[in-house]
Amino acid sequence: MPVKVMIPTPLRQFAAKQESVNLEAGTVGEALSALTLQFGDLKKHLYSDDGRLRSFVNVYVNDEDIRYLQKEKTAVQPGDTISIVPSIAGGAE
Amino acid sequence: MATRLTQPAPAPAGEPALSKQEVLRYSRHLIMPEVGMDGQLKLKRAKVLMVGSGGLGAPLGLYLAAAGVGRLGIVDFDTVDFTNLQRQVIFGTSDVGRKKLEAARERLGNLNPEIQIDAFETRLTSENALDILRDYDIVVDGTDNFPTRYLVNDACVLLGKPNVYGSIFRFEGQASIFGYPGGPCYRCLYPEPPPPGLVPSCAEGGVLGVLPGIIGCIQAMETIKLILGSGEPLVGRLLLFDALGMRFRELKLRKNPECPVCGERPTVTKLIDYAEFCGIRGEEAPAQITAAVPEITPKQLKQRLDRGDDLYVLDVREPHEYKICNLNGHLIPLGELPKRVSELDSSREIVAHCRSGKRSAEAVEFLTKAGFRNIWNLKGGILAWSDEVDPSMPKY
Repeated sequence: MPVKVMIPTPLRQFAAKQESVNLEAGTVGEALSALTLQFGDLKKHLYSDDGRLRSFVNVYVNDEDIRYLQKEKTAVQPGDTISIVPSIAGGAE
Repeated sequence: MATRLTQPAPAPAGEPALSKQEVLRYSRHLIMPEVGMDGQLKLKRAKVLMVGSGGLGAPLGLYLAAAGVGRLGIVDFDTVDFTNLQRQVIFGTSDVGRKKLEAARERLGNLNPEIQIDAFETRLTSENALDILRDYDIVVDGTDNFPTRYLVNDACVLLGKPNVYGSIFRFEGQASIFGYPGGPCYRCLYPEPPPPGLVPSCAEGGVLGVLPGIIGCIQAMETIKLILGSGEPLVGRLLLFDALGMRFRELKLRKNPECPVCGERPTVTKLIDYAEFCGIRGEEAPAQITAAVPEITPKQLKQRLDRGDDLYVLDVREPHEYKICNLNGHLIPLGELPKRVSELDSSREIVAHCRSGKRSAEAVEFLTKAGFRNIWNLKGGILAWSDEVDPSMPKY
Protein backbone atom coordinates (compact mmCIF):
# COMPACT_ATOMS: atom_id res chain seq x y z
CA MET A 1 0.00 0.00 0.00
CA PRO A 2 1.30 3.49 -0.72
CA VAL A 3 1.57 5.37 2.57
CA LYS A 4 3.10 8.65 3.63
CA VAL A 5 5.42 8.86 6.64
CA MET A 6 5.71 12.31 8.23
CA ILE A 7 9.22 13.04 9.52
CA PRO A 8 9.36 15.42 12.51
CA THR A 9 11.74 18.38 12.50
CA PRO A 10 14.31 16.88 14.94
CA LEU A 11 14.71 13.77 12.76
CA ARG A 12 14.72 15.40 9.32
CA GLN A 13 18.50 15.76 9.43
CA PHE A 14 18.67 11.95 9.34
CA ALA A 15 16.22 11.64 6.43
CA ALA A 16 17.81 13.83 3.77
CA LYS A 17 15.95 16.83 5.27
CA GLN A 18 12.62 15.57 3.92
CA GLU A 19 9.34 16.54 5.52
CA SER A 20 7.65 13.30 4.45
CA VAL A 21 8.55 10.08 2.67
CA ASN A 22 6.23 8.00 0.47
CA LEU A 23 6.60 4.25 0.88
CA GLU A 24 4.96 0.93 0.10
CA ALA A 25 3.95 -1.02 3.22
CA GLY A 26 1.22 -3.24 4.63
CA THR A 27 1.81 -2.48 8.31
CA VAL A 28 3.34 0.27 10.40
CA GLY A 29 6.30 -2.01 11.16
CA GLU A 30 6.93 -2.56 7.46
CA ALA A 31 6.74 1.15 6.77
CA LEU A 32 9.29 1.94 9.51
CA SER A 33 11.59 -0.86 8.30
CA ALA A 34 11.45 0.49 4.77
CA LEU A 35 12.13 3.97 6.12
CA THR A 36 15.16 2.95 8.20
CA LEU A 37 16.46 0.86 5.29
CA GLN A 38 16.39 3.98 3.14
CA PHE A 39 17.80 6.22 5.90
CA GLY A 40 20.10 4.14 8.10
CA ASP A 41 20.87 7.02 10.50
CA LEU A 42 17.23 7.17 11.57
CA LYS A 43 17.36 3.72 13.08
CA LYS A 44 19.01 4.53 16.41
CA HIS A 45 16.59 7.43 16.89
CA LEU A 46 13.53 5.24 16.43
CA TYR A 47 14.63 1.94 17.95
CA SER A 48 16.56 1.05 21.08
CA ASP A 49 19.38 -1.52 20.97
CA ASP A 50 16.95 -4.35 21.71
CA GLY A 51 14.98 -3.45 18.57
CA ARG A 52 11.98 -1.93 20.33
CA LEU A 53 10.43 1.40 19.39
CA ARG A 54 11.79 4.01 21.76
CA SER A 55 9.40 5.15 24.48
CA PHE A 56 9.82 8.84 23.66
CA VAL A 57 8.88 8.29 20.02
CA ASN A 58 5.18 7.89 19.34
CA VAL A 59 3.81 6.63 16.06
CA TYR A 60 0.34 7.43 14.76
CA VAL A 61 -1.68 6.11 11.85
CA ASN A 62 -3.67 9.14 10.81
CA ASP A 63 -4.66 10.47 14.25
CA GLU A 64 -4.56 7.20 16.21
CA ASP A 65 -1.67 6.18 18.47
CA ILE A 66 -0.49 2.70 17.42
CA ARG A 67 -0.02 1.78 21.10
CA TYR A 68 -3.83 1.59 21.24
CA LEU A 69 -4.12 -0.25 17.90
CA GLN A 70 -2.00 -3.30 17.06
CA LYS A 71 1.28 -1.47 17.67
CA GLU A 72 3.77 -2.12 14.85
CA LYS A 73 1.50 -4.81 13.44
CA THR A 74 -1.18 -2.18 12.80
CA ALA A 75 -2.33 -2.53 9.19
CA VAL A 76 -2.27 0.50 6.93
CA GLN A 77 -4.63 1.39 4.10
CA PRO A 78 -3.65 3.09 0.86
CA GLY A 79 -3.28 6.80 1.45
CA ASP A 80 -2.82 6.54 5.22
CA THR A 81 -0.45 8.95 6.90
CA ILE A 82 1.97 7.60 9.48
CA SER A 83 3.32 10.27 11.85
CA ILE A 84 6.45 9.96 13.94
CA VAL A 85 6.10 12.28 16.93
CA PRO A 86 9.10 12.40 19.29
CA SER A 87 9.05 14.34 22.55
CA ILE A 88 10.50 17.82 22.36
CA ALA A 89 11.25 19.92 25.41
CA GLY A 90 12.10 23.41 24.19
CA GLY A 91 10.30 26.47 25.45
CA ALA A 92 12.06 28.77 27.83
CA GLU A 93 15.57 28.99 26.41
CA MET B 1 -12.57 55.25 21.47
CA ALA B 2 -11.90 58.72 22.82
CA THR B 3 -15.36 59.17 24.36
CA ARG B 4 -15.20 60.69 27.81
CA LEU B 5 -17.42 59.21 30.41
CA THR B 6 -19.51 61.98 31.89
CA GLN B 7 -21.66 59.80 34.08
CA PRO B 8 -20.43 57.75 37.01
CA ALA B 9 -20.35 54.00 36.44
CA PRO B 10 -23.12 52.08 38.17
CA ALA B 11 -22.34 51.01 41.69
CA PRO B 12 -20.81 47.52 41.83
CA ALA B 13 -23.20 44.77 42.84
CA GLY B 14 -21.97 41.82 44.93
CA GLU B 15 -18.46 41.58 46.43
CA PRO B 16 -15.63 41.22 43.89
CA ALA B 17 -16.90 43.62 41.26
CA LEU B 18 -14.90 45.47 38.67
CA SER B 19 -13.91 49.08 39.26
CA LYS B 20 -14.81 51.73 36.74
CA GLN B 21 -11.22 51.63 35.54
CA GLU B 22 -11.41 47.87 35.07
CA VAL B 23 -14.70 48.07 33.16
CA LEU B 24 -13.02 50.40 30.71
CA ARG B 25 -9.88 48.28 30.50
CA TYR B 26 -11.78 45.07 29.83
CA SER B 27 -14.59 46.58 27.77
CA ARG B 28 -13.77 44.48 24.68
CA HIS B 29 -14.24 41.37 26.80
CA LEU B 30 -17.31 42.68 28.59
CA ILE B 31 -19.23 43.37 25.38
CA MET B 32 -18.69 39.77 24.24
CA PRO B 33 -21.50 37.57 25.55
CA GLU B 34 -19.00 34.65 25.73
CA VAL B 35 -17.00 36.55 28.37
CA GLY B 36 -19.16 39.31 29.74
CA MET B 37 -19.11 40.47 33.36
CA ASP B 38 -19.35 36.92 34.71
CA GLY B 39 -16.40 35.75 32.62
CA GLN B 40 -14.29 38.78 33.47
CA LEU B 41 -14.92 38.19 37.17
CA LYS B 42 -13.86 34.56 36.71
CA LEU B 43 -10.63 35.84 35.15
CA LYS B 44 -10.17 38.27 38.05
CA ARG B 45 -10.62 35.47 40.59
CA ALA B 46 -8.34 33.06 38.69
CA LYS B 47 -4.91 32.06 39.94
CA VAL B 48 -2.51 30.87 37.26
CA LEU B 49 1.08 29.75 37.75
CA MET B 50 3.54 30.07 34.87
CA VAL B 51 6.61 27.87 35.10
CA GLY B 52 9.26 29.73 33.10
CA SER B 53 9.13 33.25 31.67
CA GLY B 54 11.13 32.58 28.52
CA GLY B 55 10.05 31.97 24.94
CA LEU B 56 6.64 30.50 25.77
CA GLY B 57 6.20 32.39 29.03
CA ALA B 58 6.77 35.79 27.44
CA PRO B 59 3.64 35.94 25.24
CA LEU B 60 1.73 33.89 27.79
CA GLY B 61 2.46 36.31 30.62
CA LEU B 62 1.64 39.33 28.48
CA TYR B 63 -1.73 37.97 27.34
CA LEU B 64 -2.79 36.57 30.70
CA ALA B 65 -1.92 39.83 32.41
CA ALA B 66 -3.66 41.85 29.72
CA ALA B 67 -6.75 39.64 29.95
CA GLY B 68 -7.01 40.38 33.66
CA VAL B 69 -6.08 37.05 35.27
CA GLY B 70 -6.22 38.25 38.86
CA ARG B 71 -3.25 36.43 40.25
CA LEU B 72 -0.31 35.41 38.15
CA GLY B 73 2.55 33.42 39.66
CA ILE B 74 5.85 33.18 37.80
CA VAL B 75 8.66 30.74 38.57
CA ASP B 76 12.04 31.64 37.06
CA PHE B 77 15.61 32.01 38.28
CA ASP B 78 17.30 33.13 35.08
CA THR B 79 18.81 36.44 33.96
CA VAL B 80 17.94 38.22 30.70
CA ASP B 81 20.67 37.96 28.08
CA PHE B 82 20.99 39.29 24.53
CA THR B 83 20.17 35.93 22.92
CA ASN B 84 16.75 35.96 24.67
CA LEU B 85 15.52 39.13 22.93
CA GLN B 86 14.96 37.45 19.54
CA ARG B 87 11.83 35.77 20.96
CA GLN B 88 11.22 36.65 24.62
CA VAL B 89 9.18 39.73 23.79
CA ILE B 90 8.36 40.50 27.41
CA PHE B 91 11.93 41.83 27.83
CA GLY B 92 13.66 44.84 26.31
CA THR B 93 17.30 45.63 25.57
CA SER B 94 17.56 47.65 28.79
CA ASP B 95 16.62 44.49 30.74
CA VAL B 96 19.75 42.59 29.68
CA GLY B 97 21.59 41.52 32.83
CA ARG B 98 18.52 41.88 35.05
CA LYS B 99 16.67 39.04 36.71
CA LYS B 100 13.92 37.81 34.38
CA LEU B 101 11.50 37.77 37.24
CA GLU B 102 12.15 41.39 38.14
CA ALA B 103 11.92 42.54 34.52
CA ALA B 104 8.75 40.49 33.90
CA ARG B 105 7.08 41.76 37.06
CA GLU B 106 7.79 45.35 36.04
CA ARG B 107 6.57 44.85 32.46
CA LEU B 108 3.39 43.00 33.48
CA GLY B 109 2.73 45.41 36.33
CA ASN B 110 2.92 48.26 33.84
CA LEU B 111 0.67 46.41 31.39
CA ASN B 112 -1.94 45.76 34.07
CA PRO B 113 -1.56 47.23 37.57
CA GLU B 114 -4.93 45.72 38.55
CA ILE B 115 -3.51 42.20 38.91
CA GLN B 116 -1.34 40.56 41.56
CA ILE B 117 1.97 39.10 40.43
CA ASP B 118 3.67 36.49 42.63
CA ALA B 119 7.35 36.04 41.86
CA PHE B 120 9.15 32.79 42.76
CA GLU B 121 12.83 33.27 42.17
CA THR B 122 13.83 29.65 42.27
CA ARG B 123 14.27 26.58 40.17
CA LEU B 124 11.18 24.37 40.48
CA THR B 125 12.30 21.26 42.39
CA SER B 126 10.76 18.11 43.83
CA GLU B 127 11.11 19.77 47.26
CA ASN B 128 9.29 23.04 46.50
CA ALA B 129 6.94 22.18 43.60
CA LEU B 130 3.90 21.04 45.58
CA ASP B 131 4.06 24.04 47.90
CA ILE B 132 4.38 26.50 45.02
CA LEU B 133 1.70 24.90 42.80
CA ARG B 134 -0.83 24.27 45.56
CA ASP B 135 -2.21 27.82 45.65
CA TYR B 136 -3.04 28.02 41.95
CA ASP B 137 -5.96 26.79 39.84
CA ILE B 138 -4.04 26.18 36.61
CA VAL B 139 -0.37 25.58 35.86
CA VAL B 140 1.18 26.53 32.52
CA ASP B 141 4.33 24.69 31.53
CA GLY B 142 6.73 26.94 29.64
CA THR B 143 9.93 25.18 30.61
CA ASP B 144 12.74 24.07 28.35
CA ASN B 145 13.92 20.73 29.70
CA PHE B 146 12.63 17.23 30.29
CA PRO B 147 13.25 16.95 34.07
CA THR B 148 11.14 20.04 34.80
CA ARG B 149 8.42 18.94 32.36
CA TYR B 150 8.03 15.58 34.14
CA LEU B 151 8.17 17.34 37.50
CA VAL B 152 5.42 19.80 36.51
CA ASN B 153 3.33 16.94 35.12
CA ASP B 154 3.61 14.74 38.18
CA ALA B 155 3.02 17.60 40.61
CA CYS B 156 -0.10 18.66 38.68
CA VAL B 157 -1.47 15.09 38.63
CA LEU B 158 -0.79 14.67 42.36
CA LEU B 159 -2.52 17.98 43.12
CA GLY B 160 -5.31 17.47 40.57
CA LYS B 161 -4.53 20.65 38.63
CA PRO B 162 -4.70 21.13 34.87
CA ASN B 163 -1.34 21.60 33.17
CA VAL B 164 -1.40 23.64 29.99
CA TYR B 165 1.48 22.24 27.98
CA GLY B 166 3.46 23.72 25.11
CA SER B 167 6.78 22.71 23.61
CA ILE B 168 8.81 23.83 20.63
CA PHE B 169 11.72 22.82 18.45
CA ARG B 170 13.00 24.86 15.49
CA PHE B 171 9.87 25.10 13.32
CA GLU B 172 7.65 22.70 15.17
CA GLY B 173 5.43 23.01 18.20
CA GLN B 174 3.19 20.86 20.36
CA ALA B 175 0.38 21.85 22.70
CA SER B 176 -2.13 20.06 24.89
CA ILE B 177 -3.78 20.15 28.30
CA PHE B 178 -2.68 17.46 30.73
CA GLY B 179 -3.93 16.59 34.18
CA TYR B 180 -7.53 17.61 33.44
CA PRO B 181 -10.02 15.46 35.37
CA GLY B 182 -10.40 12.20 33.45
CA GLY B 183 -7.88 13.29 30.80
CA PRO B 184 -4.39 12.03 29.98
CA CYS B 185 -1.13 13.34 31.41
CA TYR B 186 2.29 13.96 29.87
CA ARG B 187 3.43 10.49 30.91
CA CYS B 188 0.46 8.97 29.04
CA LEU B 189 1.88 10.64 25.95
CA TYR B 190 5.56 9.96 26.64
CA PRO B 191 6.21 7.47 29.44
CA GLU B 192 9.94 8.23 29.41
CA PRO B 193 12.21 11.06 28.30
CA PRO B 194 14.87 10.59 25.63
CA PRO B 195 18.37 9.87 26.92
CA PRO B 196 20.47 13.05 27.26
CA GLY B 197 22.25 14.05 24.07
CA LEU B 198 19.93 12.31 21.62
CA VAL B 199 17.66 15.32 21.21
CA PRO B 200 19.28 18.73 20.77
CA SER B 201 18.06 21.62 22.94
CA CYS B 202 16.98 24.98 21.52
CA ALA B 203 20.43 26.34 22.39
CA GLU B 204 21.94 23.75 20.07
CA GLY B 205 19.13 23.38 17.55
CA GLY B 206 17.91 26.95 17.37
CA VAL B 207 14.32 28.18 17.24
CA LEU B 208 12.51 30.60 14.97
CA GLY B 209 11.50 33.45 17.28
CA VAL B 210 7.85 33.61 16.27
CA LEU B 211 7.26 29.93 17.03
CA PRO B 212 7.23 30.19 20.85
CA GLY B 213 5.03 33.25 20.32
CA ILE B 214 2.44 31.15 18.51
CA ILE B 215 2.59 28.18 20.89
CA GLY B 216 2.67 30.46 23.97
CA CYS B 217 -0.45 32.22 22.65
CA ILE B 218 -2.19 28.86 22.19
CA GLN B 219 -1.37 28.09 25.83
CA ALA B 220 -2.74 31.49 26.86
CA MET B 221 -5.95 30.86 24.90
CA GLU B 222 -6.44 27.41 26.44
CA THR B 223 -5.77 28.80 29.93
CA ILE B 224 -8.40 31.51 29.46
CA LYS B 225 -10.89 28.97 28.06
CA LEU B 226 -10.34 26.77 31.12
CA ILE B 227 -10.98 29.74 33.40
CA LEU B 228 -14.12 30.77 31.53
CA GLY B 229 -15.26 27.15 31.24
CA SER B 230 -16.19 27.76 27.63
CA GLY B 231 -15.39 26.10 24.32
CA GLU B 232 -13.70 22.77 23.79
CA PRO B 233 -10.46 22.49 25.76
CA LEU B 234 -7.39 20.85 24.20
CA VAL B 235 -7.83 17.79 26.43
CA GLY B 236 -7.14 14.35 24.95
CA ARG B 237 -5.77 15.97 21.84
CA LEU B 238 -2.19 16.74 20.90
CA LEU B 239 -1.97 19.75 18.64
CA LEU B 240 1.04 19.74 16.30
CA PHE B 241 2.10 22.91 14.54
CA ASP B 242 4.48 22.96 11.59
CA ALA B 243 5.47 26.56 10.97
CA LEU B 244 7.27 25.92 7.67
CA GLY B 245 4.33 24.11 6.12
CA MET B 246 1.93 26.37 8.12
CA ARG B 247 -0.13 23.38 9.10
CA PHE B 248 -1.90 22.42 12.29
CA ARG B 249 -2.57 18.75 12.87
CA GLU B 250 -4.33 17.04 15.71
CA LEU B 251 -3.62 13.59 17.14
CA LYS B 252 -5.73 11.63 19.61
CA LEU B 253 -4.26 11.42 23.05
CA ARG B 254 -5.56 8.72 25.31
CA LYS B 255 -5.33 8.28 29.03
CA ASN B 256 -3.07 5.29 29.59
CA PRO B 257 -4.62 2.93 32.18
CA GLU B 258 -1.08 1.71 32.91
CA CYS B 259 0.28 5.24 33.44
CA PRO B 260 2.60 5.25 36.49
CA VAL B 261 1.19 8.59 37.71
CA CYS B 262 -2.43 8.93 36.59
CA GLY B 263 -3.24 5.28 35.76
CA GLU B 264 -5.36 2.79 37.64
CA ARG B 265 -2.50 1.53 39.82
CA PRO B 266 -0.10 4.45 40.15
CA THR B 267 3.46 3.65 41.20
CA VAL B 268 4.56 7.29 41.37
CA THR B 269 2.68 8.65 44.37
CA LYS B 270 5.10 11.39 45.33
CA LEU B 271 7.63 13.53 43.50
CA ILE B 272 10.85 11.75 42.54
CA ASP B 273 14.38 12.72 41.48
CA TYR B 274 13.70 13.99 37.95
CA ALA B 275 17.33 14.55 36.99
CA GLU B 276 17.95 10.89 37.71
CA PHE B 277 14.74 9.89 35.91
CA CYS B 278 15.98 11.76 32.83
CA GLY B 279 19.43 10.21 33.09
CA ILE B 280 21.17 13.43 34.01
CA ARG B 281 23.76 13.30 36.75
CA GLY B 282 23.80 16.97 37.63
CA GLU B 283 24.70 20.05 35.67
CA GLU B 284 28.30 19.14 34.98
CA ALA B 285 27.58 15.97 33.03
CA PRO B 286 28.69 17.32 29.61
CA ALA B 287 31.94 18.65 31.09
CA GLN B 288 32.91 15.15 32.16
CA ILE B 289 32.90 14.00 28.55
CA THR B 290 35.18 16.82 27.48
CA ALA B 291 37.55 16.17 30.38
CA ALA B 292 38.21 12.69 29.02
CA VAL B 293 39.88 13.94 25.84
CA PRO B 294 43.16 15.88 25.55
CA GLU B 295 42.48 19.60 25.73
CA ILE B 296 44.23 22.76 24.69
CA THR B 297 43.13 26.14 26.04
CA PRO B 298 42.45 29.08 23.70
CA LYS B 299 45.50 30.94 25.12
CA GLN B 300 47.77 27.94 24.50
CA LEU B 301 46.45 27.59 20.96
CA LYS B 302 47.00 31.29 20.27
CA GLN B 303 50.60 31.11 21.56
CA ARG B 304 51.35 28.08 19.44
CA LEU B 305 49.77 29.57 16.31
CA ASP B 306 51.70 32.83 16.87
CA ARG B 307 54.89 30.79 17.28
CA GLY B 308 54.25 29.30 13.84
CA ASP B 309 53.68 25.72 15.02
CA ASP B 310 52.26 23.46 12.33
CA LEU B 311 48.75 22.99 13.69
CA TYR B 312 45.77 21.88 11.65
CA VAL B 313 42.58 23.55 12.90
CA LEU B 314 39.49 21.39 12.39
CA ASP B 315 36.08 23.05 12.77
CA VAL B 316 33.32 20.48 13.38
CA ARG B 317 30.38 22.89 13.42
CA GLU B 318 27.77 23.30 10.69
CA PRO B 319 28.37 25.47 7.56
CA HIS B 320 25.82 28.08 8.70
CA GLU B 321 27.70 28.45 11.97
CA TYR B 322 31.00 28.86 10.12
CA LYS B 323 29.46 31.89 8.38
CA ILE B 324 28.75 33.53 11.75
CA CYS B 325 32.39 33.40 12.83
CA ASN B 326 35.37 31.07 12.45
CA LEU B 327 39.04 30.49 13.22
CA ASN B 328 39.93 29.78 9.55
CA GLY B 329 39.73 26.10 10.30
CA HIS B 330 38.97 23.26 7.91
CA LEU B 331 35.21 22.66 8.14
CA ILE B 332 33.89 19.12 8.53
CA PRO B 333 30.56 19.00 10.45
CA LEU B 334 30.60 16.38 13.21
CA GLY B 335 27.90 14.34 11.49
CA GLU B 336 29.98 14.09 8.30
CA LEU B 337 33.23 13.23 10.03
CA PRO B 338 32.98 9.43 9.62
CA LYS B 339 32.53 9.76 5.86
CA ARG B 340 35.14 12.50 5.39
CA VAL B 341 37.86 11.30 7.73
CA SER B 342 40.13 10.68 4.72
CA GLU B 343 40.41 14.47 4.29
CA LEU B 344 42.51 14.54 7.46
CA ASP B 345 46.21 13.71 7.74
CA SER B 346 46.77 11.65 10.88
CA SER B 347 50.50 12.49 10.90
CA ARG B 348 49.70 16.15 11.56
CA GLU B 349 48.86 17.72 14.88
CA ILE B 350 45.14 18.58 14.87
CA VAL B 351 43.13 20.96 17.06
CA ALA B 352 39.38 20.35 16.82
CA HIS B 353 36.91 23.00 17.86
CA CYS B 354 33.20 23.81 17.83
CA ARG B 355 31.11 26.48 19.52
CA SER B 356 31.44 25.37 23.15
CA GLY B 357 33.79 22.37 23.04
CA LYS B 358 31.16 19.65 23.34
CA ARG B 359 30.83 18.48 19.74
CA SER B 360 34.57 18.78 19.17
CA ALA B 361 35.15 16.55 22.22
CA GLU B 362 33.05 13.92 20.46
CA ALA B 363 35.08 14.50 17.30
CA VAL B 364 38.35 14.03 19.20
CA GLU B 365 37.02 10.87 20.80
CA PHE B 366 35.95 9.54 17.40
CA LEU B 367 39.23 10.42 15.70
CA THR B 368 41.27 8.92 18.55
CA LYS B 369 39.39 5.66 18.05
CA ALA B 370 40.10 5.99 14.31
CA GLY B 371 43.83 6.02 15.06
CA PHE B 372 44.63 9.73 15.29
CA ARG B 373 47.23 10.23 18.03
CA ASN B 374 48.15 13.88 17.90
CA ILE B 375 44.83 15.59 18.43
CA TRP B 376 43.46 18.18 20.87
CA ASN B 377 40.08 19.59 21.76
CA LEU B 378 39.89 23.37 22.03
CA LYS B 379 38.59 23.84 25.56
CA GLY B 380 35.40 25.92 25.63
CA GLY B 381 35.36 26.28 21.85
CA ILE B 382 34.95 29.52 19.96
CA LEU B 383 33.05 30.99 22.93
CA ALA B 384 36.14 30.63 25.14
CA TRP B 385 38.33 31.94 22.29
CA SER B 386 36.18 35.09 22.31
CA ASP B 387 36.46 35.40 26.12
CA GLU B 388 40.15 34.63 26.48
CA VAL B 389 41.89 35.57 23.24
CA ASP B 390 39.91 37.73 20.83
CA PRO B 391 36.99 39.75 22.26
CA SER B 392 36.06 40.86 18.72
CA MET B 393 35.05 37.28 17.92
CA PRO B 394 31.21 37.21 17.87
CA LYS B 395 29.50 34.87 20.32
CA TYR B 396 26.25 33.14 19.46
